[in-house]
Amino acid sequence: MNEFFTVASLVFVVGSGIRLATPFLLAGLGETIGQRSGVLNLGVDGVMLLGAFGAYWTILETRSPIAGILVGIAVGLVMGLIYGVITVSLRAEQGISGIGIFLFGLGISDLLFQKKVGTPMPIRGFGDLHLPLLADIPKVGEMFFQHSVLVYIAFLLVPVVAFFLNHTTFGLNVRAVGENPAAADSLGVSVLRVRYTTILLANGLAGLAGAVLAAELGIFQQNLTNGQGFIAIALVYFGAWRPIGVMGGALLFGMVSATVLQWKTLGLVSGAASSLTAMAPAVLTILALVAISRTVGQPAALTRPFDRGQ
Amino acid sequence: MIVDTPLLELNGITKRFPGVLANDDVYFDVAVGEIHALLGENGAGKSTLMKVLHGLYRPDQGEVRLHGRSSGITTPADAIEAGVAMVHQHFMLVPTLTVAENVALGLAPSGFILDTSEVAERIRDLSSRYGLHVDPSAHVWQLAVGERQRVEIVKALYRDCRLLVLDEPTAVLTPIEVEELFVILRTMAADGVGLIFISHKLGEVLSLADRITVMRDGRVTGETTPSETNKAELADMMVGREVQLAPDRPGFEPGEVRLAVKDLRVAGDRGVDAVRGCNFEVRSGELLGIAGVSGNGQRELAEAIAGLRPVVDGDIKIDGAEVTGRHPSEVRAAGLAYVPEERMRDGVVGEFSVAENLILVAHDSEPFSRRGILRLGKIVERCRELVERFDVKTPTLETTTATLSGGNIQKLILARELSGQPKVLLAAQPTRGVDIGAAEYIHRRLIEERSAGNAILVISEDLDEVLALSDRVAVMFEGRIVAVMDVAEATVERVGLLMAGSGILAEVP
Repeated sequence: MNEFFTVASLVFVVGSGIRLATPFLLAGLGETIGQRSGVLNLGVDGVMLLGAFGAYWTILETRSPIAGILVGIAVGLVMGLIYGVITVSLRAEQGISGIGIFLFGLGISDLLFQKKVGTPMPIRGFGDLHLPLLADIPKVGEMFFQHSVLVYIAFLLVPVVAFFLNHTTFGLNVRAVGENPAAADSLGVSVLRVRYTTILLANGLAGLAGAVLAAELGIFQQNLTNGQGFIAIALVYFGAWRPIGVMGGALLFGMVSATVLQWKTLGLVSGAASSLTAMAPAVLTILALVAISRTVGQPAALTRPFDRGQ
Repeated sequence: MIVDTPLLELNGITKRFPGVLANDDVYFDVAVGEIHALLGENGAGKSTLMKVLHGLYRPDQGEVRLHGRSSGITTPADAIEAGVAMVHQHFMLVPTLTVAENVALGLAPSGFILDTSEVAERIRDLSSRYGLHVDPSAHVWQLAVGERQRVEIVKALYRDCRLLVLDEPTAVLTPIEVEELFVILRTMAADGVGLIFISHKLGEVLSLADRITVMRDGRVTGETTPSETNKAELADMMVGREVQLAPDRPGFEPGEVRLAVKDLRVAGDRGVDAVRGCNFEVRSGELLGIAGVSGNGQRELAEAIAGLRPVVDGDIKIDGAEVTGRHPSEVRAAGLAYVPEERMRDGVVGEFSVAENLILVAHDSEPFSRRGILRLGKIVERCRELVERFDVKTPTLETTTATLSGGNIQKLILARELSGQPKVLLAAQPTRGVDIGAAEYIHRRLIEERSAGNAILVISEDLDEVLALSDRVAVMFEGRIVAVMDVAEATVERVGLLMAGSGILAEVP
């Protein structure tokens, strides 16, 4: 075990942890916005898969990572539109609809992959962006300032989303609609418009999260996300519906995943033990959720469709 | 003259729903600066009429005119634009937001960035002008009910409303808060705001309104002014027959103690104790009424007595037997009958038939079942008798309970609870949301049970009800019984003060 407690390991765990946290963070931030307006989307993982495939295929065809990222976002927006029609306009049960979206994304992304690509071919995503001066700081630079541009964007979005929710007029509408849509409606706020907007933002970010995953891994395969979208939903609860809390959860999750990777690399775990330790991040999340289990901060109208006549 | 044009005219409004004529050729108008009360039972068509006014419903016939012109309101936003505001019975506030944020919500954005300092400034202006004390930076969840209502009124004033509809605004207030509200409303009227005051409290309507319109079954059944009418006449107009507002109470002959509550402490939903040391007794042949403003621990007290909420400390005895912390079935076996406050949640299973709800408690004992098999013949026989005896108006015994009116559901619960021959009847908010006719029946029934030697505990937020029914009146404030007195000594003023917490100098129970 001593070989793990080294500076090199620490640098790897922190650096990789940040990288691994990025898709969780993006999807979690999106889901936070959606849930604050009262919309739960269990389909995040499916949207991420579709976004990932969209980005992967685009980069494969065009060799342009930027085009790939944009396609990933666009795919998310389309899925958001569908989800909005189902849950806001048609007022379908959100839990079931979200599972539908997940299964749809899981199936379609694999089908398209088999039809259009078939054998896995690697793509080149964004290179690491070394921030001037900062990246040259020994160790610290390696941990924090030698990441892909997408990582920086994701972390910059944390204060942006927090500001959006707490200090803008539209953010006020979002919070009101998530807590008491009837009150917002009685003051002339369009619940429909607010929820469509947040769903589009949430799904756009989920699509982006998938695209980042594909671009960073440089590959696509069936069920590439491996349930990351579901973890992202759990992180929203973990973070008590606050962007900064979601970031904390995403980092914790990323670091634990990186630790497990490092153990494997160092040969500290093998065989069955290796499979078991692979479960560590998920188990940890569940334990953390139970430990801080709280619904304080949960939007009161979460999962409740709004119908003015009621 | 311009002043002669009414602020609002509802001309011949007719609104049909499948099988129901909710509004039938209704004429209603409000002048500038007038307080016009709209009186009527549940289902009389008041809410439908207000929804037509707000553009939520489109009338089948008739027209809404504001300032002499067609109103053109079709959404809540239009209503605000036209200066029409409403204080709903269930407040339209977002508890997690501050007062200023609640007020700012939905205003044409002055920019992308949210800045509530200007809003807060104007709230302070309005507060001082109308005597509406609210702190703009407080979160709504921290506010008491009366303060929340003031926030609702500030919201309306902030939007320069010219016509304000208040739906049962006094239901949640203490008598003193009601007086304060009336002062505010009169000030608004003096400023030229037209007010529609919806209520079923006759006394308040008579003291506040300039004009009174009564509705029944979708029609206007009378228009009058306070000086031309009285409570009895208004009640008759509402119900369509003569109503006995206060039941006769035959002589008071209390027997032995049937329910004794000692030093009771009960936890609330938020971890803080909601009941903080309650002491009282109810004797056989006695009706004890507990008055108090909503949220002072009454619900928790009732649930603790019924065994539905854990007791932190103290004890509860029914007919001498200790039942503290016992399972509800044991409490029932000891002789408690319970008419819960939330009748649809705790009183009946809405989707069950009338018959199923009537035998819910007795269904697993003889003669209604044997070895786990229900005996339908016996059940139907008993249910027929109960429905008959308690005047439950239901098409059939198989009718889904949720489709009955609140009054009939309450009578059903009362029938079931009293059929078990209890020693103590605990009735929480027995007539809340129940129409006058059914309330009259329930009141009479409670008095009959009391005169037959039962011990009755009535918990009610309706002070008139407590004073009309009780032999003794207890007042609950912040989890304590702050006073118990004979009903003869219980005046509205005295009990009202105690309800508002001025019980420090009052007698020790």
